Amino acid sequence: MNLTLRIWRQKGPDDPGRMVTYPVTDVSPDMSFLEMLDVLNEQLTLAGDDPVAFDHDCREGICGACGMVINGVAHGPEKATTVCQLHMRHFSDGDTIDIEPWRAKAFPVIKDLVVDRGALDRIIAAGGYITAPTGSAPEAHSQLVRKADADAAFESAACIGCGACVAACPNGSATLFLAAKVTHLSLLPQGQPERMTRVVGMVDAHDAAGFGGCTNIGECSAVCPKEIPLSTIGRLNRDYLRATRERSGTPGT
Amino acid sequence: MTSRADEPTNPRTGGPAGRDGAEPVNRLRAAVTNLLGRRPRVTEVGQSSMEYTNQDNIGTETGTAPESPDGTLFTYGDPIVDRAAPDGPIETRWQRRRFAAKLVNPANRRRLTVIVVGTGLAGASAGATLAELGYRVKSYCYQDSPRRAHSIAAQGGINAAKNYRNDGDSIQRLFYDTVKGGDFRSRESNVRRLAEISVEIIDQAVAQGVPFAREYGGLLDTRSFGGAQVQRTFYARGQTGQQLLLGAYQALERQIGLGRVEMHSRHEMLELIVVDGRARGIVVRDLVTGEISTEYADAVVLATGGYGNVFYLSTNAKGCNVTATWRAHRKGAYFANPCFTQIHPTCIPVSGEHQSKLTLMSESLRNDGRVWVPKAVGDNRPPREIPEDERDYYLERMYPSYGNLVPRDIASRAAKNVCDSGRGVGPTGLGVYLDFADAIARLGRHTIADRYGNLFEMYQRITGEDPYEVPMRIYPAVHYTMGGLWVDYDLQSTIPGLFVIGEANFSDHGANRLGASALMQGLADGYFVLPTTIANYLAAGPFEKLTDDHPEVVAARADVEDRLRRLLAVKGDRTVDSFHRELGQIMWDHCGMERSDAGLRKALAEVRALRDQFWQRVRVPGDGEGLNQALEKAGRVADFFELAELMCIDALHRTESCGGHFRVESQTPDGEAQRDDEHFAYVAAWEFTGADRPPVLHKEDLHFEYVHPTQRSYK
Amino acid sequence: MAVTGILLVLFLIAHMIGNLKIFFGPADFDHYAHWLRTIGAPVLPEDWYLWGQRVLLGAALVAHIWAAAVLARRARAARPVRYVHRPKVQVSYAARTMRWGGVIIALFVVYHLLDLTTGDLNPVADQRRPYANVVADFAPERWWVTLIYVIGIVTLGFHLRHGMFSALRSLGQQTPRGERRARSAALVFAVALCAGYLVVPFAVLAGLVG
Repeated sequence: MNLTLRIWRQKGPDDPGRMVTYPVTDVSPDMSFLEMLDVLNEQLTLAGDDPVAFDHDCREGICGACGMVINGVAHGPEKATTVCQLHMRHFSDGDTIDIEPWRAKAFPVIKDLVVDRGALDRIIAAGGYITAPTGSAPEAHSQLVRKADADAAFESAACIGCGACVAACPNGSATLFLAAKVTHLSLLPQGQPERMTRVVGMVDAHDAAGFGGCTNIGECSAVCPKEIPLSTIGRLNRDYLRATRERSGTPGT
Repeated sequence: MTSRADEPTNPRTGGPAGRDGAEPVNRLRAAVTNLLGRRPRVTEVGQSSMEYTNQDNIGTETGTAPESPDGTLFTYGDPIVDRAAPDGPIETRWQRRRFAAKLVNPANRRRLTVIVVGTGLAGASAGATLAELGYRVKSYCYQDSPRRAHSIAAQGGINAAKNYRNDGDSIQRLFYDTVKGGDFRSRESNVRRLAEISVEIIDQAVAQGVPFAREYGGLLDTRSFGGAQVQRTFYARGQTGQQLLLGAYQALERQIGLGRVEMHSRHEMLELIVVDGRARGIVVRDLVTGEISTEYADAVVLATGGYGNVFYLSTNAKGCNVTATWRAHRKGAYFANPCFTQIHPTCIPVSGEHQSKLTLMSESLRNDGRVWVPKAVGDNRPPREIPEDERDYYLERMYPSYGNLVPRDIASRAAKNVCDSGRGVGPTGLGVYLDFADAIARLGRHTIADRYGNLFEMYQRITGEDPYEVPMRIYPAVHYTMGGLWVDYDLQSTIPGLFVIGEANFSDHGANRLGASALMQGLADGYFVLPTTIANYLAAGPFEKLTDDHPEVVAARADVEDRLRRLLAVKGDRTVDSFHRELGQIMWDHCGMERSDAGLRKALAEVRALRDQFWQRVRVPGDGEGLNQALEKAGRVADFFELAELMCIDALHRTESCGGHFRVESQTPDGEAQRDDEHFAYVAAWEFTGADRPPVLHKEDLHFEYVHPTQRSYK
Repeated sequence: MAVTGILLVLFLIAHMIGNLKIFFGPADFDHYAHWLRTIGAPVLPEDWYLWGQRVLLGAALVAHIWAAAVLARRARAARPVRYVHRPKVQVSYAARTMRWGGVIIALFVVYHLLDLTTGDLNPVADQRRPYANVVADFAPERWWVTLIYVIGIVTLGFHLRHGMFSALRSLGQQTPRGERRARSAALVFAVALCAGYLVVPFAVLAGLVG
């Protein structure tokens, strides 16, 4: 099939950027979306143009590197699917496809479709962990975990940190990312000692990074390739309210 | 036991010294010196250079190296011995090594810097642990975040000899299974240590909040995997690698937040800096700005993964590359067993020219799926229209006792053979059916959906076919590389101060890795082994402070800049990917599942010709400033060309079949792999001697005191 | 947002119940309106309670709008460059129209106060006969007044549908089943409130109240 692509081209952080139209021909329906872009880039390279820069790595939907907004939807039209797993059979001959980078102040564009998502790492560094120095761990079976809790923790821990939630959020908020990690760790007994300091630290880092606030719209969860449930945000809010009330230092609470 | 860091100004070498020590030390120093361009004369250091005379003798002690356009293909050097491993009872070797290793006092650790390249399971766990201990850590990854390293894609699980099931598992049994699974080409000492540490890894991961699968009673669940007779595999659904990596990543981020780890993402290591025989730093390129910088440390740790992408199509991430380890190899680190690669039998087949990577489908599918192809060549009816008696369930036919559950290497080769005979299915003819119709009829669709639902969805997402209705099509794909930089028991390479961990080293898997053992090895190296053994080296530090005007630093930096300039200057008419694809095809055809003398020679010639073409015709758009993904790829592919040659040479010299390495010349009468323990019970460690010069083979003999080599049979 | 929103919602419920008294006839309705001014009597002088409530509601409203403005400003700052391809609404129009909906509701409230509280825009404008004010307001020939009220109330319904759910979430509602319940409850409540408010103008329009 033949397609018309309109792609956001931006030479660098200071370039204002613009949409540029490219035709691509002979696209196979078995191609993945990124393979279709590979074909375009081969053509651009041989024609002496600059190929389109985009992040990608594992191409099997787990590393979280890829991500672009396709016709206004983060990761494109398929539910629970990253761009690398999106295949061209979901498009039709003659389609015009708009491709844009994640847009958020906290995700400055580096080039074309490549953005800097370091803010997400900074949120994790501010508390998204359990302090367990190597060698200090007790025997794994010394603490039991209810299966329901372990399963729910896994569901949240499945977040791949791609940033689609931010891209889709009308407020430019990373609350779903934040909530997924808080939920994962607060559901496990190992996560309890740092539970209150964690949520305060992570929320502060989130706000400091320039992300917007959450108004529970739910676009994040709708585009999440791992279908992190919106209810994690309730758990985040509950922990945050408790943490700010208790100031987390009260012994024995 | 001798510790190796007692003479800081006159470092004794890492592993490659003989028991007597002195002479090989000089050899190594000479070799290192050679690489720095002072005295490039390999013959001076004592190995015999052999002319090719008789093809039949290749690979034996008395044999000669095959021919290359300029004469010899490789030469033999002195054997090497791992001096770091203690002798004596195997059960206490690790304990005794830990006790004998020197310590660094906490106040001094703050003055010691360690560079860790790569942030996968091994790199992230090592970085976090070293920082926790108090060392200053500088960490590098080419991805935009340390969390994206390809360990994240591991599906199945992680082995540990916990014996929670009371099914007869033990450290001894995991040790035994791993040595045997590796087809007797790994070191007993290392594997024993790995099995011991496996239990601590699970404790560590649970303490970090890794959400392993649990049973209703709240205990950890385990499952069986890859032919083992015990259930020792811990898992987190089909995303065990992701969960373990996030545990290590979070520990690393904590240290970054505390200011103990300096993280440099989107940075690629392009050269190793060796000063006075010690690894002292790296040259990195900032992939965002294009800036080249030099970074110094008291030790360098490479945790940069495997080189499966030399085949272009593999289950590795697109960015996985050999550059860091290859650059170190060029600077004097020996490369061990490069031809040991693992081909996984159940991957989604290639769908066309455009294919950019392959996707693995969990091996567990073979528990319920039946593998078949049509009996007749050229039978291209839809699978459901082919009657039962016109199908060939070839695994069940050839291996009646194991059937569809034969090990990976055997299943892979059998699939290749039926496709080569013209009976492959699908548009390309490179595929076999994995059929669930019987299982669905027997167990019901619901049960199958419970067991494999997510895999079926993934298959359907990629192929657009519904595996409940039509049989899946699968084909083998490159998955893991057992070979890597040679390291001693301390994980130190032949360059003092250069440590190599995880898939990047050759270490523990021999000629074939068992399922669910890669995660175990990466974490064992990063959390437990390296932080202990590196102290023994660092106890002699801090070393002399380096500045940008040191001659070795200037030279390393100039090399990098020159190479980038050359890549950009070609301005040819072919893209990097087109070369990479062609290289991959050559390697897949001749150095893949089945290797032959003639094929490997052909491949060598083709790789060399293509490499020349590459440097004349490649087109790298743009410049060195700013983000240039084509330039990144070009550098990696250039290194893959050099590696590919060494892989072919290694495969050519090892005329036996073992594990993932199958030589057609060495098979049993019924077509199974035939090992040759008399001639090949060694690790082949290759020394680089200069571009277009024959590499030198150093053999490390393997001794089996606890597990005795046997021939595998799955009939 | 959640706390001030809930205060305003409590007022809306009380206001709706009061409105429905119109079906009991002019005497009851006017008596109820009068009672509102004398709540707290004789401890409080006339109108004091009412003013107290007005101040409280006013404060809640100001805080609500202020919080909304802060969030809106943060949202705008968080995405300085807009998408060229307008993003699709995937989940809920109610959630996506909170801000413009809020502005429409605010304008409507101003109109409503000028109409039925101060009487500036009311054809009868007799504070002692609110029943007459209402009946005159929604007379069929003044159809546009009914239209304004319909727009205002339906917008309010949308606002409440998301607002109620969002408030519960902000206060820590955290289970998926609870989320389904909270969403249904918010929907039922929003529809019921809309119906409760709209039945009055339509009853007048249809001549059932007059």
